[in-house]
Amino acid sequence: MLEVRNISKSFRGLKAVSDASFEIPAGSINALIGPNGAGKTTIFNMIAGVFPPDGGQIKFLGEEIQGLRPDQVCAAGIGRTFQIVKPFAGLSVLDNVMVGAFLKEKSSGAARKVALEILRKLHLDAKAGLPASSLTLPDRKRLEVARALATRPRLLLLDEVMAGLRPTECDLMVEVFRELNRADGLTILLIEHVMRAVMALAQHIGVLHHGVVIARGTPEEIVRHPQVLECYLGEETVV
Amino acid sequence: MKKTASLAIFFAFLLLLPWFAGSYALSVATLILYLAYTGQAWNVMMGFAGQLSLGHSLYVGVGAYAAGGLFFHYGIGPWAGVWLAMLLCVALGLAIGFLAFRFGISGVYFALLTIAFAEFTRIGFDHMQWTNGPGGMFLKVAQRDSWDLLNFRGPPFMYYYAILGLCALAFLLCWYLLKSKAGYYWQAIRENEEAAQALGINTFRWKMLAVAISAAMTSVSGVFFAFYYNNLFPHEIFNIGRSIEIILGPVIGGVGTLFGPILGAVMLTLLSDGITEALAALGLEIPGIKQVFYGLVLLAVVMFLPNGIWPYLAKKLKFHA
Repeated sequence: MLEVRNISKSFRGLKAVSDASFEIPAGSINALIGPNGAGKTTIFNMIAGVFPPDGGQIKFLGEEIQGLRPDQVCAAGIGRTFQIVKPFAGLSVLDNVMVGAFLKEKSSGAARKVALEILRKLHLDAKAGLPASSLTLPDRKRLEVARALATRPRLLLLDEVMAGLRPTECDLMVEVFRELNRADGLTILLIEHVMRAVMALAQHIGVLHHGVVIARGTPEEIVRHPQVLECYLGEETVV
Repeated sequence: MKKTASLAIFFAFLLLLPWFAGSYALSVATLILYLAYTGQAWNVMMGFAGQLSLGHSLYVGVGAYAAGGLFFHYGIGPWAGVWLAMLLCVALGLAIGFLAFRFGISGVYFALLTIAFAEFTRIGFDHMQWTNGPGGMFLKVAQRDSWDLLNFRGPPFMYYYAILGLCALAFLLCWYLLKSKAGYYWQAIRENEEAAQALGINTFRWKMLAVAISAAMTSVSGVFFAFYYNNLFPHEIFNIGRSIEIILGPVIGGVGTLFGPILGAVMLTLLSDGITEALAALGLEIPGIKQVFYGLVLLAVVMFLPNGIWPYLAKKLKFHA
């Protein structure tokens, strides 16, 4: 579904990502892990159109999408969340999600229906009427997801949505994503530090270190990969 | 329900006003509605889409001169002139919007750009022969009690009803826009442009739409101005003070709300006139004292009700804003 070929990005001479390649099959759940500053969010931003890669190619459903604007990437079917949440603070939770729903819906009534349905899935429906500014951080993370989902994406990019969640909340989110993947066939790519979630969700994992993809494989392969253990997971891994 | 009923009563009161108001009260009411309408137009751009214009007198002026000029030179009435006014103002607005949004000028820099356009348009009109430059353009005034609807000439209450109609139309339009996809998209852009774009919103296009609608609405306010006051001077109509006057109403009343611009216009005009009356009654005649009082009240509102009066009032009255 998504093919990333040899993309690179430098910021003022600092190579954030170099020659990264991976592909994401339709219907799969994938994780991108690695230490802070490894270039994970930079890769996300290139896919989402925030800035173009210096070189390389990004193909989504067979079409080249590198260099498109964020709104065009979203319209093509890729939804994203932000690591640093960006709620529309002055609007209600429901209105936040409706903004996303308007990508596919014309009328307010239809958009409201879609938004409520998604809020239910994310267990936010009880807070639909509250202003987004009143939400706690875990709820804001959920709101990010709800908003992105409302655009009805084929591929969802999740940037550290588990960070700051308690283990039980984390398990709840994992369940939500599993359900979306199973029932709606949603393809997911997540950046995550919470290994509990990564191990529970991901079928494929890529490991990034200093902008280079150092390992790719199933969770079982990754936790035994010597280089990954050395630079990220440590000797005694949480499995 | 409560809101609709209150609104209906308020509107009925405004409809009946000319029957019991004197000519002075009627002129004050006309001014209030003029400011409410223009404030509503400005609010589309700033209140809904978050694009601060400090040069809205540009659209008032160009609208006024376009329709006024057609009437002055060719005797073409405002029913035709208003379309030219709208066309010119939309074109101007889109040009400013294109320059700003294409090249990433936003926030205060965008505001500065709008001031710059209003200012150099003023200077341009000061040197334009067609409008008689700084000497001013005077529209032919007919008898105050004779009717000539084709040329928008009539007694004062005709102007009152015209601007009341415009206010009602603007209110309905804004109400509809706010409830529709456009309103949601504009507010998303206002709250966080990056997040809005990530949700598939072509922010450039939607901001341009906000500017176009706001400019078109404001141009009509200019046409009204031309035929109500009948004299146009560049240094008056394009004055930055006029732009500030336009935005004060919505700012005091509540930016981004439907009732804010109306409430703000009522409060400010009554306050201004009230202070004059009160000072006269007290026999105080210190130069500039009125402005000092006016400024203090504005300061108090901004300090204690930073979101404007309407959101506070709506809460007190238990209206759902």
